[in-house]
Amino acid sequence: MSIMEYNGGSVIAMVGKDCVAIASDLRLGVQSLSISSNFQKIFPVTDRIYVGLPGLASDVTTLHEQFRYRVNMYTIKEEREIEPQTFAQMVSSTLYERRFGPYFIEPVIAGMQRTPSGSYEPFIAATDLIGCLNFAKDFVVAGTASSELFGAAEGLWEPDLEAEDLFETISQTLLNAVDRDTFSGWGAVVHVMTKDKVITRTLKGRMD
Amino acid sequence: MECSFAITGKGYVIVAADTTAAHSIIKVKLDEDKIKTLSPHLLMAYSGEPGDTVQFAEYIERNIRLYQIRNTYPLRPSSAASWIRRALADSLRSRKPYSVNLLLGGYDTSTYTPHLYWIDYLGTLTEVPFGAHGYGSYFALSLLDRYHDPEASLEEGLATLKRCIDEVSKRLLVAPGRYKVKVVDKDGVREVEI
Repeated sequence: MSIMEYNGGSVIAMVGKDCVAIASDLRLGVQSLSISSNFQKIFPVTDRIYVGLPGLASDVTTLHEQFRYRVNMYTIKEEREIEPQTFAQMVSSTLYERRFGPYFIEPVIAGMQRTPSGSYEPFIAATDLIGCLNFAKDFVVAGTASSELFGAAEGLWEPDLEAEDLFETISQTLLNAVDRDTFSGWGAVVHVMTKDKVITRTLKGRMD
Repeated sequence: MECSFAITGKGYVIVAADTTAAHSIIKVKLDEDKIKTLSPHLLMAYSGEPGDTVQFAEYIERNIRLYQIRNTYPLRPSSAASWIRRALADSLRSRKPYSVNLLLGGYDTSTYTPHLYWIDYLGTLTEVPFGAHGYGSYFALSLLDRYHDPEASLEEGLATLKRCIDEVSKRLLVAPGRYKVKVVDKDGVREVEI
């Protein structure tokens, strides 16, 4: 039994055409016993950044509070909001600070990055539990259903999906992947972000 | 073995915990109160490693009381839950972590809503409509999935709790004999007989 699989849960993020999506399941369990079907693992960081924190549930809350503190301090000192790219580096260094006694979390970051020309482009990233960053151009996955998510996403994802199509793709990918995983499922939440708004939808899944 | 349950209903939370104090396979006390009243509208059922439980529960109790003395008003249930969780999460990565599981039931007098939090020794915190700790949870949670009603009256809530206790007594080999049951609602905390 690994501590990474103790509470269960999975997160996925995908890039679309001028949009990004991030989604997770809602289960909290203690090994195979389900405790809650409404445990949020994805948190808003700014209006343009979301972070998903699958892994040990205790560290989900601890890291969420830690990131909230660091982002607030950044906002006050810099007098501007943090960019997704910068936030990803903050996540990485926060985790690497605990290199030899890590937080058992594999964060997934999704956001809209401001370009020098003033437009916005989609940004996704993921790290392992000690903060090794993975900047992907298509999709990133993490959590107990990560291998199932890789398979489903590899088959369903295609480049330049519009926001509504991206929502359908990420939802089907997540729902089908978590149904093959004992430790994930029990409903899902999906956030689809474009340059000016975020649409959040809660999905019903198989409750078994 | 130790069992604790809690369920929310219309304007109240019921918290129940067994009353046995065990030393390995021996029952040394049959009327131990394992539910602390932290503030006028907050209850905490604790279970886990003997010694750690009482030590930690008293630490929490005194600090919640200190907050109320300093600020006139007590912490609201959600804030108290966050603070208690942090105490456990910090303890987990210390040299000698507390091995204590909690059910925190409270009535928020500002929003007039009942809240129940499930907390374990790792510092896992989640708000739930009903929760349980110990071997009894395997029976109680599946029963409550079927019978729990968030709009139930106190009488109905106590009847549902009784079903859980009876099922545990019937099916669990190491079932505890007696339970203490406390209710928190708009009028504060009180003990009830079942």
